[in-house]
Amino acid sequence: MSADVDLSVSIGGLRLRNPVMPASGTFAEGLERVMDFNRLGAFVTKTITRELRAGNPLPRVVERPGSLINAIGIPSKGVPYFVEKTMPHYAPYDTPLVVSISAPTAEGFASLAAELSIPGIAAIEANISCPNIEEDGKAFAMRAESTENVTRQLRAATDLPLWVKLTPNTGDVPEVARAAEAAGADAVVVANTILSMAIDLKSFKPCLGNIMGGLSGPAIKPIVLRQVFQCAKAVKIPVIGCGGISTADDAVEYMLAGASAVQVGTATFLQPAAMTTIIDDLETFCRHREISRVTDLIGGVVIEEADEPDLAWLDPVS
Amino acid sequence: MSIHLDHAGIAAIPVGGAEAAASCTPWKASVVAELAEVVSHEAVNSEYRHLVLGCGPEAAAALPGQFFQLLCPHPLGEQPFLRRPMSLYGADPDRRQVEFLYKVTGAGTRGLDTLKIGDRLDIMGPLGTGFTLDPAWRNIVVVARGAGLATLAPLARAAKANGTHITAVLSARRPDLLVSVELFQSQGADVVAVTDAEASSGPANVERILRRLIADGRCDAFFTCGSSRLMRVQQRLAREFGLPGQVAMEQQMACGIGLCYCCVRDFNVDGEIVSRRVCWDGPVFDLMEALP
Repeated sequence: MSADVDLSVSIGGLRLRNPVMPASGTFAEGLERVMDFNRLGAFVTKTITRELRAGNPLPRVVERPGSLINAIGIPSKGVPYFVEKTMPHYAPYDTPLVVSISAPTAEGFASLAAELSIPGIAAIEANISCPNIEEDGKAFAMRAESTENVTRQLRAATDLPLWVKLTPNTGDVPEVARAAEAAGADAVVVANTILSMAIDLKSFKPCLGNIMGGLSGPAIKPIVLRQVFQCAKAVKIPVIGCGGISTADDAVEYMLAGASAVQVGTATFLQPAAMTTIIDDLETFCRHREISRVTDLIGGVVIEEADEPDLAWLDPVS
Repeated sequence: MSIHLDHAGIAAIPVGGAEAAASCTPWKASVVAELAEVVSHEAVNSEYRHLVLGCGPEAAAALPGQFFQLLCPHPLGEQPFLRRPMSLYGADPDRRQVEFLYKVTGAGTRGLDTLKIGDRLDIMGPLGTGFTLDPAWRNIVVVARGAGLATLAPLARAAKANGTHITAVLSARRPDLLVSVELFQSQGADVVAVTDAEASSGPANVERILRRLIADGRCDAFFTCGSSRLMRVQQRLAREFGLPGQVAMEQQMACGIGLCYCCVRDFNVDGEIVSRRVCWDGPVFDLMEALP
């Protein structure tokens, strides 16, 4: 069926049959009832931590127009549970398993990556950007220095392809992306959810048990698309786009902005088969536009010299 | 919180599809999102609406206690983003129909209320793990209030098919707000209506009714949904008399299929507090493990 369009992409040496994969935290074995797992570009697990984590107090999500704010809090059953119970579930499939990890310290990240560098795991995605995990929503990926440090330690700890997931909640995402690249990341994922808040007008209380949470969904797409565009210009390693992608058109837009692959998250909550629909429609899009390789889309945004924006005012005030 | 469960968070999956998947046999969906067609949509009283949809074979195979995630139309001036969990009220595999009974309480159900015959509604399901009927049970007791009046209703037909007699204790604020009475009676169930207006719905009176049923040999198991107070009464009696029970639990949901860990609740499993996902591990749980 896909004889005429080559959908495969390569992310830091890891070959994917197509550029569509789940965003961490929005994927689990339940989707097996909805779609053929052998069709996905990759599996990306919910973030695991070494310590057992219960997660945040409820309510954990609140909806807003075109968006969702979540503060789940990374409930985790730890490494042995993951290796013994979760991993075998994905073993029968011919789809690379990417494990998302998080830790409170750079050393913690490194030791977790080392422990998970085992057969059956195709790549590590370091979630150094989850806005809920540290006090006040601060995370490694908010600063280039802490990103470089944690990435360097991760790089020394594993030979697996290393993807570093950045946060949109910082002034200069391209600088953070450059730091990850310099420290040896094989790819950056841009981005995570946008730190946000909602207040209930009946009770005057925050809508989330955690007070703040991460915004996702179609509403954030233009913001993250811009960050992908900036990061793709800043680094040579692949950028994986993640933010509000619901349709193949969204995926194409991200690839034109410079993404080599895309992650789909919140859209799956609305249309559980969103990922396979995007894969089908992406192929159709390419065929109609007579694009034989999906990689031809990467960075294909056409910017005439006269249209070059004056980005000076976007630079952070240091 | 602005995403009220408009109605039930109640649900349940029949199992089956999940573990199958992998290699050899061609993969087949057991949960689908589809555009179902409104066959009928009527007010049953001042609060509840009865919605009947024409659907595909997967949805129509839904079992009692399972639920669907409905992508509700936007009512004027509101934009519900997430799907809304809605417990199954009825399913007919032969006619390819599913039924829902809902109360208009939030943006999602206000959207549902706008549906007209012939309109399409995006339904995703069936989801979750439903009720289990032991063939050995001759008599069961159903205790329902609020959303439970809809969630427990499909048990009427299932129990009859199982040769099990139901006594349904149905609770509401006022007699005119009681629903599902005729449905239970049409399947041969005895209905005991209790209401706040008649001061008969309090836990003490319901306990008296349940003790009498137990004494008369009319209660091999409890099935309940919709009231924490009445659940606690049944837990106490179940412990005292060594009876099994099942409860359908509600919780605010996002994905409905076990991905997001938004709908967790604590359960007491042999003295240990365990967190479970209502959408995936439930929504039907062991009565004795449920915490209010």
